[in-house]
Amino acid sequence: MTPATLYGLCSAVLVGAGLYGMLVNPQPLRKILSLNLLGSGTFLLFGVIARRGAAAGLGGDPVPQAMVITGIVVAFSATALAVALLLRVFQETGRPTLDQPAPKDGG
Amino acid sequence: MIAAPALLVLAIMAPATGVVLAFAFGGRAAEWIAIATTVAGAAIAAGIAATLWSTGLPLRYVIGDWAPPLGIALRADGLSAIMLLTSAVVMGAVVLFARETFAQRPGAPETRTPLIFWTMLMGVWAGLNAVWLAGDLFTLYVALELLTFSAVPLVSLEGKPETLVAALRYMLFALVGSVLYLLGCALLYGGYGTLDLELLAHAVRAEPVTVLAAALMTAGLAAKTALFPLHLWLPPAHAGAPAAASALLSALVVKGSFILIVRLWFDALPGVAGAGAATLLAAMGAAAIICGSIVALRQARLKLMIAYSTVAQIGYLFFLFPLAGAAGHWSRIAWTGGMMQLVAHAVAKAAMFLAAGLIGEALGHDRIAGFAGLGRALPVVMLAFGLAGMSLMGLPPSGGFVAKAMLLTASVGEGQWWWAVVILIGGLLAAGYTFRVLAPALAGGPVPLVAPIPRSRQAIVLGLAVCALLLGLVPLRPSQLLEVGRPVAMAVSR
Repeated sequence: MTPATLYGLCSAVLVGAGLYGMLVNPQPLRKILSLNLLGSGTFLLFGVIARRGAAAGLGGDPVPQAMVITGIVVAFSATALAVALLLRVFQETGRPTLDQPAPKDGG
Repeated sequence: MIAAPALLVLAIMAPATGVVLAFAFGGRAAEWIAIATTVAGAAIAAGIAATLWSTGLPLRYVIGDWAPPLGIALRADGLSAIMLLTSAVVMGAVVLFARETFAQRPGAPETRTPLIFWTMLMGVWAGLNAVWLAGDLFTLYVALELLTFSAVPLVSLEGKPETLVAALRYMLFALVGSVLYLLGCALLYGGYGTLDLELLAHAVRAEPVTVLAAALMTAGLAAKTALFPLHLWLPPAHAGAPAAASALLSALVVKGSFILIVRLWFDALPGVAGAGAATLLAAMGAAAIICGSIVALRQARLKLMIAYSTVAQIGYLFFLFPLAGAAGHWSRIAWTGGMMQLVAHAVAKAAMFLAAGLIGEALGHDRIAGFAGLGRALPVVMLAFGLAGMSLMGLPPSGGFVAKAMLLTASVGEGQWWWAVVILIGGLLAAGYTFRVLAPALAGGPVPLVAPIPRSRQAIVLGLAVCALLLGLVPLRPSQLLEVGRPVAMAVSR
């Protein structure tokens, strides 16, 4: 088994675990963590592809690596925004859940 | 005089610059920066559309002269031009409408909500224009994320608990969608070594990795577009936002991820998806039309009703996949009809949400049961609501009629008559929920208004509704502008 295959399988496991966690956990914080797992699996896959696509004597294909950096920045800001929203939900309702609070009438 | 291809960069840079400026200068300046951006953005959109119209050729700009696959290209075809124009029109109306809602009163201390609104408004626009113009799948991913991150704060602008929960739910759906999309990008890059739309279109073969990538990306984008049964996040999010923001979210933001599916299926991976997958998407669209409309009929509150109507109207868009996939006359009809539905729904739904905003302000609530006599108190607003409703149900003359008539004839022409049945039922149900609002409003005595509504704001809403009506004058045949830059397969049997 080549390292690329091994890392590829690792990334598949991460993606699977992340997706599973995302679907079965009702708590938003766990969903956010699962999303990060899912994201890590995707980034690892980009790494595998960069390594596998290495040609012309380079250590790796730089394009997927550039994409991973962008992807990590996006995932970081997404996590920050989601956690900030969750904190506000907790401050306002006292519960960190996605249960719809009864809307006040009107407006 | 700026060279025409450079306009593509400006279209994205103008609102992005607006975001930075509004953030730097803050409070009172943000509104004026947004207005200036709107004027500039509309001029740029008109410039791009005029160039495409006169030359009949797509525009292309290679950033930094680095050609794909290493560099990034921006492209404007007919679809981009139409969407740029639609965003500019809706954006203009929303900005004019929101000036009252999000004004910083002179003398009073500055508040944060208007600053966030104006900044995120321009953020949404930058994201949208990037989606319309991006030429490769990864740039589309970044554009989509910019769109989501700007749209989520708009949902929770009022900071009420239920809108915060709605925003968080929206965020989680959107994030799963974008991670799945990114995973698909990784697989495609691994398979073909490029994400550029044109290069991919020449390289792709229908093999397992491509099909898997297409499935992952389509599923992720369907969640972002709120395609039934992944629509659960949309109604609370769109109904909870302030009216100006709801109009933007319903009219344009959900269309962003839809256009991405279109780019993926028609531009990047032509011929990869089989007829079965296309039928599945359209079947989900049909379910969205029926279920969304029926649930809309049962809503007690106006804004929730309009939000469920969005779920239903999105369904029509997905008829594009089985109908416009093949080459031939009916495909071209379906293509124009589907895009017409995109534009007509954007304008009509923006008008409807803004009308709902004015009704909510005037009455202090938006319970449909309490609308008796509204037609006498706010005749212009109710007229605008009715005209927008006409377009949604597809009565002539309106943009919705042109769109639905073309989709209907295309589905009959291609021998897929079952979609036509759904289109007709959807029209009846849309008539049902529109009349449910109009009937009490036009009956009964005068209703006490909590706040007076200035005529200028009523005129904005009516203007948008009239735009939805005027779209009905578009001829019922394949549009020349829309076919600029389409793959030749769509235009063979001319």
